[in-house]
Amino acid sequence: MGGTAAVEAIDLVKHFGTNRAVDGVSFVVPEGTVLGLLGPNGAGKTTLVRMLTTLSVPTSGAGRVAGFDVVTQPNEVRRSMGLTGQAATVDEILTGAENLRLVGALYGLPRAYVRDATERLLDRFDLTDAADRMAKTYSGGMRRRLDLAVSLLAAPPILFLDEPTTGLDPKSRSGLWAVLRELVDEGTTLLLTTQYLEEADQLADEIVVVDKGKVIAAGTPTQLKDEAGRASVVVTLTHARDLAAAADLVRAHSPEVHVDRTSRRVTARAGGLGDMTRIAAAFEASSIELDDLGLARPSLDDVFLHLTGHRAEDAEDAEDTDDVEAAEPGPITEGAAP
Amino acid sequence: MTTLPTTRATRPPLVRPPLSPPSLARAASTIVWRNLLHIRRMPEMLLDVTVQSVMFVLLFAYVFGGSIAVAGSDYREFLLPGIMVQTMVFSSAVVATGLTNDLQKGIVDRFRSLPIPRSAVLVGRSISSLIHSSIGVAVMGLTGLLIGWRIRNGVVDGVLAFLLLLLFGFAVIWLGIWVGSIMRTVEAVQGFMFTVMFPLTFVANTFAPTESMPTWLRFVAEWNPISAVTQACRELWGNGLPAPADAAWPLQHAVPVSVGWSLVLTAIFAPLAVSAFRRRSRD
Repeated sequence: MGGTAAVEAIDLVKHFGTNRAVDGVSFVVPEGTVLGLLGPNGAGKTTLVRMLTTLSVPTSGAGRVAGFDVVTQPNEVRRSMGLTGQAATVDEILTGAENLRLVGALYGLPRAYVRDATERLLDRFDLTDAADRMAKTYSGGMRRRLDLAVSLLAAPPILFLDEPTTGLDPKSRSGLWAVLRELVDEGTTLLLTTQYLEEADQLADEIVVVDKGKVIAAGTPTQLKDEAGRASVVVTLTHARDLAAAADLVRAHSPEVHVDRTSRRVTARAGGLGDMTRIAAAFEASSIELDDLGLARPSLDDVFLHLTGHRAEDAEDAEDTDDVEAAEPGPITEGAAP
Repeated sequence: MTTLPTTRATRPPLVRPPLSPPSLARAASTIVWRNLLHIRRMPEMLLDVTVQSVMFVLLFAYVFGGSIAVAGSDYREFLLPGIMVQTMVFSSAVVATGLTNDLQKGIVDRFRSLPIPRSAVLVGRSISSLIHSSIGVAVMGLTGLLIGWRIRNGVVDGVLAFLLLLLFGFAVIWLGIWVGSIMRTVEAVQGFMFTVMFPLTFVANTFAPTESMPTWLRFVAEWNPISAVTQACRELWGNGLPAPADAAWPLQHAVPVSVGWSLVLTAIFAPLAVSAFRRRSRD
């Protein structure tokens, strides 16, 4: 994608006392694309989003949103983006419709527009029936949807989503994903943070992996998976008695072959599609019956393990507050100090 | 529009509505509207300045009042200005809890992510807290009228006393914003404000004359800004005698001193409050 940059982080740094929550992060989000900021709790994702959305002032470095500087042109930035924070920041005492009206008035949007947009957004997010109920009666998923509706009121070309699906059940999660894809189809640029590897894989064009305030990898989901390790060809046989013959056959094409008797599987390190095709052709020519033959790529979980030496969930604490980074300096400073 | 990559744009592109970021007055009044909606939805929020204050009036007027001797005035007349000042001072607790709650829930972040003047959140908060306290003062006034309190010095002085109350309320609101910006939870704010407000409003001439207090305590009480404001209201409303000749200097010049205290408190706490709020909302 060769579009202009919608969001730019240029060596962003944020220290809270001795805690280097964000320690020199750079990335670019081209217009109309989706960037997934992936990392465990306490990695600095929320702090990054807060700096880019003018809520937090960087210790050093710069951020640009829609070409505007987040420190020197905060109002222009605020006009160009929408933000859905980690904790659904809706007013619980106001109704869903009133929440939209409040934010509409603060944007200075024309009343008629706010009326129409409220109806349209509540309908889109399946909240029409709950429009006149106080938001405190909403479920977690409904609050998230209302929060997103509020963020979309002024039709921002750039949308920041901080862990949009944390704490949602699988159904609400996939519903939200569908909405986010629609927004992308309309041309919205998304920057979303997530702890879920699957979410980044599902939605993002580019993934930036952050850990302990630093970028540890960046690329498309496919690139990251390739980086984590070679793909492998997995052959599942119909009859266990063919295992030895099959292993010999595969060994002619791959230096590393593993046989698993119980699952009747032969796994071989492979360079890519070429190796798979050659192995498939060899079986085709033999008399060995197969149940399945395929190329297995490492999952993003494997990627994370490979990059950080720990699983994504290891660093996750029970806490799910909006200022996790600021609240728990312990695990973040550890190892990140100079 | 030509620079937009169109490879994925299968839906009609976004049409942005015209944004006209509001002035401070419009943004603040929108936030006041929102805060007043909260009071309408949860009238129990007003308990602190209504039922609680009425209980204080009745408690002191009828339970303790008989044993508190006030020279030259009926005790109930003496009491009412004191309770009104106390109600006004409590607006600092109101503003503090409201602000902490909004900070904690991320509402302040939501406001700050919008193109509104930076001060709108605080201005809106302050105005709605003053309205909150004024409702309390109005309830006090009506209760007072029922039990014999009167404004005896005419309309001008009467109104002046209410304006003085608002001015003092404005001053203590900064204390509330300061506390609300520093503390992390609503419970902490309430605990702190309760601990500070009670001695502050009782070690004063609000409920009993200072003459009978031990010398050192009397000194503290008479230099307490709350005493000056209370004395000023009593004088302007004609509720009781002027301060005794041996009372401390602030009570001898209660009206100008009250104005002075309000300005001094604002000068001290407003910068502290603004910088604490900024620091809190920068990170």
